[in-house]
Amino acid sequence: MSLPNELGLTPSLPLDVDGGPVFSEPWEARVFALTVQAHQAGVFTWSEWTAALGAELARDGDGSEGTAGYYDRWIDAFEGLLATKGIAAAGQLAALKTAWDEAARATPHGEPIVLEGRRS
Amino acid sequence: MSHNNDHGHDHDHSELSDIELRVRALETLLTEKGYVDPPALDNLVETYETKVGPKNGARVVAKAWTDPDYRERLLKDATAAIAELGYTGRQGEHMVAVENTADRHNMVVCTLCSCYPWSVLGLPPVWYKSAPYRSRAVRDPRGVLAEFGVSLPEDTEITVWDSTAEVRYLVIPRRPDGTEGLSEEELADLVTRDSMIGTGLALPPSPSHGASA
Repeated sequence: MSLPNELGLTPSLPLDVDGGPVFSEPWEARVFALTVQAHQAGVFTWSEWTAALGAELARDGDGSEGTAGYYDRWIDAFEGLLATKGIAAAGQLAALKTAWDEAARATPHGEPIVLEGRRS
Repeated sequence: MSHNNDHGHDHDHSELSDIELRVRALETLLTEKGYVDPPALDNLVETYETKVGPKNGARVVAKAWTDPDYRERLLKDATAAIAELGYTGRQGEHMVAVENTADRHNMVVCTLCSCYPWSVLGLPPVWYKSAPYRSRAVRDPRGVLAEFGVSLPEDTEITVWDSTAEVRYLVIPRRPDGTEGLSEEELADLVTRDSMIGTGLALPPSPSHGASA
């Protein structure tokens, strides 16, 4: 799967020397990939996404803090845009979050954490 | 083979951080609505697995290969020795370094929770999180290693370490032959992520090593 051509238009995106996205924690790579897939599935255009992310970054401060917290803003913007698009109501995400939390707590350490009847 | 930590954390449950829960909630919702295809998502994430964090672990191993005092400190207190180089996990995980020798090979298993020292090793490979890998690594480590292209002499003992929420392991692979003249930096290039999990060996030096980097 390829990345959107417009990737370079993403505000403040942390990149490595080869121009690829770089992450400091695994979940960041995952939420990045989710965003790219949602875009490719037609949920939003990349410019809608960059506008949403830009607004979130601007709201949060002056942007001078470097890349620290960048993907925290990213996930805020992603949840916000999905809500705007009517894909994910806040209540739905909160319920799923609770379900995952309960699944994790009920899972003995070392076993894969799964939601019953959902992803295998 | 011996299997450590077989007991002792059976009562332990897994725990996901708040941000991990949010990411999972998003993934579940988008998957259920058909916007996200989990295998394709795994593929995409896999392409970034080398992009998470610098290759901190490789530098730790290269230093242990070249500096006997450092090696000793690393084996004694890996958390402190790794922190010496400026690498600390956000989760403050306790690290233990286990060294491969001619007689003993170490490999590490865990599963889907955050029991993986990503600040040292980068992003875990997708297979690492699979249930079959975990159960087979414990039951048949030699077979799993063979599938990864690693064949060890019959008399090499294989120790499987089970990561817990409290303890994460770093395998110090054996230093390849013919690397006497290499710098620490060149040596670090030979240390793959898999070799630090124990599912691979450090790479042999190439004749042109260093020239193409």
